[in-house]
Amino acid sequence: MIDRRKFLKKAIWFIPAAGLFRHFVKEGHAKPATEGYDPANHLYGMGIDIDKCIGCGRCVEACKTENNVPKEPFFTRTWVERYTIKKDGSVEVENIESRKGKVGEKTTEADVLRSFFVPKLCNQCEHPPCVQVCPVNATFSTEDGVVLVDSKRCIGCRYCIQACPYGARYLHPETRTADKCTFCYHRIVKGLLPACVEVCPTQARIFGDLRSMASRLVRFKRTKRIHVLKAHLNTEPKVYYGNLDGEVR
Amino acid sequence: MLKKIPEQIKRLAIVIASLIAAVITVRYVVLPSSLIDMQFHHRSTVEREVAKNIAFAGATVCGTCHVDQMAKKSKGYHKNVNCETCHGAAQTHIENPANKPSAPRGREFCAFCHAYDPSRPTGFPQINPVVHNPLKPCTTCHSPHDPVPTEAPRECSACHAQIANIKSASPHALIGCTTCHTAPAQHKISPRSVAPTKPESREFCAKCHAKEANRKDAPKIDFASHGERFLCWECHYPHLPERSATKR
Repeated sequence: MIDRRKFLKKAIWFIPAAGLFRHFVKEGHAKPATEGYDPANHLYGMGIDIDKCIGCGRCVEACKTENNVPKEPFFTRTWVERYTIKKDGSVEVENIESRKGKVGEKTTEADVLRSFFVPKLCNQCEHPPCVQVCPVNATFSTEDGVVLVDSKRCIGCRYCIQACPYGARYLHPETRTADKCTFCYHRIVKGLLPACVEVCPTQARIFGDLRSMASRLVRFKRTKRIHVLKAHLNTEPKVYYGNLDGEVR
Repeated sequence: MLKKIPEQIKRLAIVIASLIAAVITVRYVVLPSSLIDMQFHHRSTVEREVAKNIAFAGATVCGTCHVDQMAKKSKGYHKNVNCETCHGAAQTHIENPANKPSAPRGREFCAFCHAYDPSRPTGFPQINPVVHNPLKPCTTCHSPHDPVPTEAPRECSACHAQIANIKSASPHALIGCTTCHTAPAQHKISPRSVAPTKPESREFCAKCHAKEANRKDAPKIDFASHGERFLCWECHYPHLPERSATKR
């Protein structure tokens, strides 16, 4: 019969002994996700040419098809806003998806100063507030500059949805986890364009690699007057708007 | 000094110290770093993200089989519009050609882009779906792969541009001027001296619009009961006939 003192004395040796075993534990070395793709060589961004957007909503449709986003208008990874600036200085913003097919019947053109469409999506910030606030580290920036959500780790607390200054996140009603634009990460690592860029009929969306001087995005940034949304928040977005109106928030 | 500390406190201190040591060793030595380091979770997330299915095949693939349509499209105004913008996601069509992508033929689809909207950039081709040749599918007049506005013959529209413009958005857009009018050669030299012919009787319209006429796409009426005292063009302007006139 072993007494308590002896048991404890012997048991204490298991702790350093287990430490030795640790070196035999096989570390999970993940192989690169796609053959010949090194995330360190890329940094993705998107340009949006306000002068070209016609507000047809094809990007929203394509995104929902590609990424299994629920069809209801409330759930969106990307959406298009119509800005109407009146002569009295007031600004009206509406999500055009909610009034699909009903065009131009609300305001008389006489009191409209200017009007245009602004496509919006996750800005893939360099300093993302959503990553900062996640209590379980479920959301993070990848090396190639895309903010992803680990849907297995996400507890659906909605803190990130509140923290995002651009309103780019939503809670997926089926998985009950936060969901957001990933620049179609599964496409871009294979050299394809994001679905919204693919279907845009007027090339209002420009996708590219900021590290490659030959990319269309770098050229777009060079030739247009570039603005980012809410620059004062210092989130350093990677979605660049060309010829954006000062009223856009 | 040490002797002043009671024995039971010393023992308790040893137990607490060893517990703290145990926790520290477990955390920093025993547990493999993959369990603590977020890198592992991030990698598996990226892998899961990359493994997701692709729905849109991309702009260039379609041309490998559909050579004709691609060649036609590459010269027209729609050259920069991806096939999948209209036909929908087509990756499944590539994997199994029996899965046909959709081909929208209704008027609503073209209107997503081409209906007039004050917020659209100036210069983008837009129409008013209510008055622009109502009820006819857009593809009757415009080939979606190479869309061009319908045009009256230059020799007519050079002088009658206003009529040509009105007619180009009407249900009669595809009917040539010479179907109803015959212009003598002299009319082009000296317009006032000889006028082109005009239809003279109800029977001319009846060739298409009578119930027994064999033209399928024309709306049919009963000529015996429909306004028998009048000529057709006393109520219907032939260059922009019917429904649009009542709707406006």
